[in-house]
Amino acid sequence: MDCCEGQTSLATSRRALLLGGASFAAWAYLPKFARAADGRDPRLIVVILRGALDGLATVAPTGDPDYAPLHGSIALTSDGPHAALMLDSFFALHPAMPEFARMYREKHAAVIHAVATSYRDRSHFDGQDVLESGFAGPGRVQSGWLNRALQALPKGERVMSALAVGPTTPLVLRGAAPTVGWTPAALPQAGDDTAMRLVELYQHLDPALASALTQGLLLDKAAQGDDMKPKPGTNGAAAMRLVARGAAKLMAADDGPRIAALAFDGWDTHANEGGPVGRLAQLLSGLDGALAEFEGGLGARWRDTVVVVATEFGRTVRINGTEGTDHGTGTIALLAGGAVKGGRVISDWPSLKPASLYQGRDLLPTTDLRAVIKGVLRDQFGLAERVLAETVFPDSAAAKPMQGLVA
Amino acid sequence: MVRDSKTALVALNRFGFGARGGASGDFVNAASDPRGFVKAELNRPNGVLLEVPGLQSTPALAKAVFEYQFEQQQAREAAAKSGAEAKPTEAPPAGDAKPQRRNLSLSNIAQDISPKEPAMQPPATRGNAAMAPSEGSPNPAMQPNAAKPPQQPLNVIQKTFRAEALARLQRASLAECGFVERLVVFWSNHFCISASKGGLARMWAGSFEREAIRPYVLGRFGDMLKAVEQHPAMLFFLDNQQSLGPDSRAGQNRKRGLNENLAREIMELHTLGVGGGYTQDDVTSLARIITGWSFAGRQAQLGPPGSFVFNANAHQPGPQTVMGKVYQDNGVAQGEAVLADIARHPSTAKFIVTKFARHFVADDPPPALVARLQETFSKTDGDLKALAITLVDSNEAWDAPLTKVRSPYEFLVASGRLLARIPEDPTRYLGGLNVLGQPLWSPAGPNGFPDTNAAWAAPEGMKLRLDISAQIASRLAEGIDPRDLLELAAADAASEETRHTVERAESRQQALALLLMSPEFQRR
Repeated sequence: MDCCEGQTSLATSRRALLLGGASFAAWAYLPKFARAADGRDPRLIVVILRGALDGLATVAPTGDPDYAPLHGSIALTSDGPHAALMLDSFFALHPAMPEFARMYREKHAAVIHAVATSYRDRSHFDGQDVLESGFAGPGRVQSGWLNRALQALPKGERVMSALAVGPTTPLVLRGAAPTVGWTPAALPQAGDDTAMRLVELYQHLDPALASALTQGLLLDKAAQGDDMKPKPGTNGAAAMRLVARGAAKLMAADDGPRIAALAFDGWDTHANEGGPVGRLAQLLSGLDGALAEFEGGLGARWRDTVVVVATEFGRTVRINGTEGTDHGTGTIALLAGGAVKGGRVISDWPSLKPASLYQGRDLLPTTDLRAVIKGVLRDQFGLAERVLAETVFPDSAAAKPMQGLVA
Repeated sequence: MVRDSKTALVALNRFGFGARGGASGDFVNAASDPRGFVKAELNRPNGVLLEVPGLQSTPALAKAVFEYQFEQQQAREAAAKSGAEAKPTEAPPAGDAKPQRRNLSLSNIAQDISPKEPAMQPPATRGNAAMAPSEGSPNPAMQPNAAKPPQQPLNVIQKTFRAEALARLQRASLAECGFVERLVVFWSNHFCISASKGGLARMWAGSFEREAIRPYVLGRFGDMLKAVEQHPAMLFFLDNQQSLGPDSRAGQNRKRGLNENLAREIMELHTLGVGGGYTQDDVTSLARIITGWSFAGRQAQLGPPGSFVFNANAHQPGPQTVMGKVYQDNGVAQGEAVLADIARHPSTAKFIVTKFARHFVADDPPPALVARLQETFSKTDGDLKALAITLVDSNEAWDAPLTKVRSPYEFLVASGRLLARIPEDPTRYLGGLNVLGQPLWSPAGPNGFPDTNAAWAAPEGMKLRLDISAQIASRLAEGIDPRDLLELAAADAASEETRHTVERAESRQQALALLLMSPEFQRR
């Protein structure tokens, strides 16, 4: 009579049931590249930061006299105990990103500043739709630009045959080209940001649930010990590294996927964003760690790799009343990888003078993100400009592929 | 319109399993005629029965489980025998360890990169914790670093349990309002057995509900009571097949006697309730009266294996007095007469209708409503359909604020419905129910799962619920618009605060998790 099912889980720590991190998905085929002749075996990783990254807090225009007053208490400085890392005489990198700084010095990382998609409103969902679908406007969620780019590549052998698609594929990689997925461990616990939003909602609507949830969260923290330690298994820094480590390992294999996408959540820093240390710093440290994992895990393949880091839009130039920033427009994109022609901040800087701000509040975008991605896709995979302008990013002929991003 | 939306929310959430997503039109239908929407299901002929191809009767399941257990025993004996003769050869011979080419396998790689931190060590069971309908059968490759040995094929008990669970979940997912399924869950929990009792209970958990609960959910309480107490699953769960009349032939032969377990729970939990006017002597008398209520075993001496039998050999002879009334010994009819009487007892009516109102309306239900339900119960001789109609026709059930928190089962089913998922595999639901403390058909005791906010809105529970919501969202939020979903779930009844919280979420995933956790979705 000892044939019970599923009972053991009752005795198991429920914490253990809820491990995990972000998800990762990849193309199911090896591409056959026309340029295989020259021995290059290019790889591309697209990292989506959901929630809108504060580009001005990540790569700070410390040389712009309006930056420090506008970004206020969370502005980065080039001196002091947590000094930002100077990328050139004008831009400084957040101190939580030493790995990216090193890659930049080694000329394998670049920043594109004052960049944006074609989306000009401030809804996360719609902004993410545009970023990932590659269409000029929101509401197109059937396929993503990366998937359409795959369809234009000559497909080779199938990788990881017989593997089911993972729990979710980011929109950017969804579409007709088959993909495979993998999720480290199980699925994530709710992130702290989600929990805080819910506590706030309950405080307005349902004090009893607010009290219960608050206590539950406190218990949970106590059970984990040190509050400040990044929690493994959440979207904390450790989980970001974990996902990247797994993805890199898969992609490093001879018959591993060459093109992949993953998403990290948590960048919607409306309150207590923090400056050189704090909430955003933790996230950036996770991203920095993830890039280092890619570099380490891909080994010799890193030479032919480009990682594109992009977000749906930026955040307000002026900090708000809760030491954070609200939804904005212009932001940054990051490129990292051995194939990147790096060591540069690429920017047609619009300045932060009041008159230069977009709608008087946001960094004015001067570079179309599609131009950046198109440049990478063309140089990395030899995709034709017409395909890029018509199929991959429909109606984007005006955004010409940026030149010389790939070495 | 706002008022209509609020009423629709009561119809859908208090009485049912919540609005279904997609093009169901549930919210609009509920808003246009809330009472009619709820009551419509009561009038579907056989709408409460669950007759699904492949689900078998209790005796057929008994036959299968007895055969399985017999085979297991034979195998064990054979193994013990050969183990005694030959040297143990547990480990494969060294020569068999072929050098394996390391194929690219996600599960291998996942194992390699599995977290090393102690806090992240995978336990024996893991994954699958998030509910919600998986798109196919669970794929071991997608459960990396499982600490389990290579997947064992499911045995007949596990297969049966999963098939029964799936049928129930599908019915709940497809129902329009879900009122009848909510009634099934209520009565099933009232007359609960626990699958954790052992293989037979696990095997029969579903058939017990299909055979002893469902046919009477819109029938008479007394009939349900009799069907339950004579069902092999209940007799096994509360040990009555072991209870022997001290003066019966079997009792005399085996020098064993009474087990009061079932008799006590009949009075305390199933009918009269604590303080319902019975004494320990009454419990003992009833225990004597129902000696011999048993089920046929593998030998099939008294009937087909797994069928109810009255074993006269085990039955305590002679008349017994229960609550002042003498019951002559006329075999199985002696106990049936007691059940019929206590089913009609005023204490039973009060106990049952209070529990009923507490489940649907409030932890402290309005006294006027309880009184009206009790009147219906008594006047109709325990007509449970009439009881349900009285509830739906009452004003209290519609006017009382939505204060109750959904049980884990209601929450998971409602989430699947809103996301328009028809489960094809019960794994995620079962895992979610385990995590949230309501393992399917497996309450900790014969009193069933609790039915109060104190139980389900507890701190740890709410935190876990949030984690589960985040898991569901991380799997299913792609391609849906949470704003539309909030519209389908609550329409104008959604508060401004919830609307803003969902709209301002940083991702679809976060928006969906917050929507599933919103008071509008959690309270009923």
